[in-house]
Amino acid sequence: MGFLLRLWAMIGKEALQLRRDRLTFAMMFGLPIMQLVLFGFAINSDPKGLPTAVLQSDNSKLTRALVAAVGNTGYFSSTQAVSTEAEADELLQRGAVQFIITIPGDFTRKLIRHETAQVAIEADGTDPATVGGALAAIGQAASQTLARELSGPLASYGTPAAPVDIVLHRRYNPEGITRFNIVPGLLGVILTMTMVMMTALAVTRERERGTMENLLAMPVRPIEVMAGKIAPYVLIGGVQVAVVLVAAKILFAVPFVGSFALFGAATLLFITVSLAIGFTFSTIAQNQLQAMQMSFFFLMPSILLSGFAFPFRGMPAWAQAIGEGLPVTHFLRIVRGLMLKGASLEQISGEIAVLAFMLILVSALAISRYRVTLD
Amino acid sequence: MSGPVIDVKGLVKRYGQRTVVDHVDLTIMQGRVCGFLGPNGSGKTTTLRMMCGLLTPDGGSGTCLGHDIIAERDAIKRQTGYMTQKFGLYEDLTIRENLEFVARVYRLDHVRSRVDAALERLGLATRQHQLTGALSGGWKQRLALAACVLHEPKLLLLDEPTAGVDPKARRAFWDEIHALAGQGITVLVSTHYMDEAERCHEIAYIAYGKLMARGTADEIIDGSGLKAFVASGPGADRLAPLLRDAVGVTAAAAFGLDLHVCGPDEAALEKAIAPFRADPALAWERTRPTLEDIFIHLMGEARDNAEAA
Ligand SMILES: Nc1ncnc2c1ncn2[C@@H]1O[C@H](COP(=O)(O)OP(=O)(O)O)[C@@H](O)[C@H]1O
Ligand SMILES: [Mg+2]
Repeated sequence: MGFLLRLWAMIGKEALQLRRDRLTFAMMFGLPIMQLVLFGFAINSDPKGLPTAVLQSDNSKLTRALVAAVGNTGYFSSTQAVSTEAEADELLQRGAVQFIITIPGDFTRKLIRHETAQVAIEADGTDPATVGGALAAIGQAASQTLARELSGPLASYGTPAAPVDIVLHRRYNPEGITRFNIVPGLLGVILTMTMVMMTALAVTRERERGTMENLLAMPVRPIEVMAGKIAPYVLIGGVQVAVVLVAAKILFAVPFVGSFALFGAATLLFITVSLAIGFTFSTIAQNQLQAMQMSFFFLMPSILLSGFAFPFRGMPAWAQAIGEGLPVTHFLRIVRGLMLKGASLEQISGEIAVLAFMLILVSALAISRYRVTLD
Repeated sequence: MSGPVIDVKGLVKRYGQRTVVDHVDLTIMQGRVCGFLGPNGSGKTTTLRMMCGLLTPDGGSGTCLGHDIIAERDAIKRQTGYMTQKFGLYEDLTIRENLEFVARVYRLDHVRSRVDAALERLGLATRQHQLTGALSGGWKQRLALAACVLHEPKLLLLDEPTAGVDPKARRAFWDEIHALAGQGITVLVSTHYMDEAERCHEIAYIAYGKLMARGTADEIIDGSGLKAFVASGPGADRLAPLLRDAVGVTAAAAFGLDLHVCGPDEAALEKAIAPFRADPALAWERTRPTLEDIFIHLMGEARDNAEAA
């Protein structure tokens, strides 16, 4: 009986404390719901509606039917018509489209002559998971369309054994190796994890231990405290990047075709954004536990919605919108572009601009929330 | 400079609906050691924080070392040493690293030799590479004091520097405070200990955010108008609970075997103790009220005011 009473007293106390700790309480309910929503709705391993460029050099009833059929598969969307190969390449390298479908000028003529016509598909292989379903669908769409089209007035031409030969070309990652995609993502996630959490903890630790009051009583400026706290972690971030890159090269032979200088600059920018986010968390969190919880809350979508764990284009619009708001999403695109595609500064400038904008926004927030007084 | 080092008027600080510091005026002349007394939660820490620029007052104004406490925070911070109530140095740094960090933040020259000298004075030279967290409470407080005088401040604000420290270490601490005052440093030090209050040149007593008394210990005792009796004899000390709630009695407490009673009105006090005076075994005598009597009295008064408001 005594045991049960004491146990009950203990349970009651824990429940009271838990109820007072709002953040833990919110996390307990928030995290499972967030996970359910993200895994259940946001993640789609068979992404559809992928942006595609169509380079159609032959414009006949047949090819138009073919393009329409490809669109109807649901895998390709906003099929963008381009007129030159260079234009199409540019779109693919920038990451604006996932596929280029090229219909050569002699397509219809070859079909009519009972020859096998070709359709070329170039896929952005940096994210292999995105490509699979779409490729299977296009082959099917092509043969069905031609079977139908050639059975009407054109039936007299007969149907060749294999009317269309679909030539697939995976760009940037010809063998579709998954880890080529994983490495840039891992870089982003590792940096997010350590940078955000470390700074959040470093500042709350001062407050929790009571050393903050002492620090503030001395003539240090907010910017000195912020920069002083952040600087050592920039270095740590740099070392982490180097370790991941070297390991990726040695263990997985992941190529690096782009500019190292650009990569360094972009990484520095991303690290700084992450640190500023951590610093902002620390101005909100009351103690280290809360800082930790906030960091995890931030890390979850950074892993799931950034295009790291699952194809970005496979997510519904709302999830993509959240993803766009996360720095790691943009960093991931930059690193994939640089490592695998050899993108130029101009091609990644859009993503860089987004990161820079985030840095300004978050730093302003951090500094405005940081107090030189204890008020 | 021999004018007032601290000169603040009408300081107010509110947290939500509560007025935690309520129109406090305080003037302290250079080289004086002023004891800041008051029950827990009366607003001592809050007042000290407003003086050194850590909190923005919701009302009032004033200067510290001639600088405005709101507009010239940084100038005050450079010349003031503030010792926080909770130990504010880094426990995961060594003693030496802590002192060096403080010296660098104040951008002092000759960091090494200054820190060496401070360690020597403290008697911590041989332990300088130990982690600060390993020090006992008394040593921590002395280290904290050394850290806040490293930059040779003109004003020291010490928040309960000797709480939980043994009597010997407390005495050593107070010897240091007086040595510093001898060099012309002004000290405002909060404490709960009456013996420490008596070692101060002057005292400020705050309760419920209001400054209730100000002056030297004698001035405060004489100015209080409080009357006191001491009773001795068998069982005198046991009378305390009987008298404590009597009309006209502010405080009744046992001191050893004696009983100490006091109240603001002589006639009322005499009336309250009359029944016990009849006991021939007890000897009753008039006595001078102690500082503690007065503080307990003032606290009751402040509470009544606060409840009436
Ligand atoms: N940041 C704060 N928020 C709300 N109330 C506070 C805060 N800081 C202090 N207080 C309240 O102000 C009162 C005075 O506190 P304090 O100045 O620390 O008293 P003392 O140092 O005399 O013990 C206390 O009742 C305390 O609860
Ligand atoms: Mg206090």
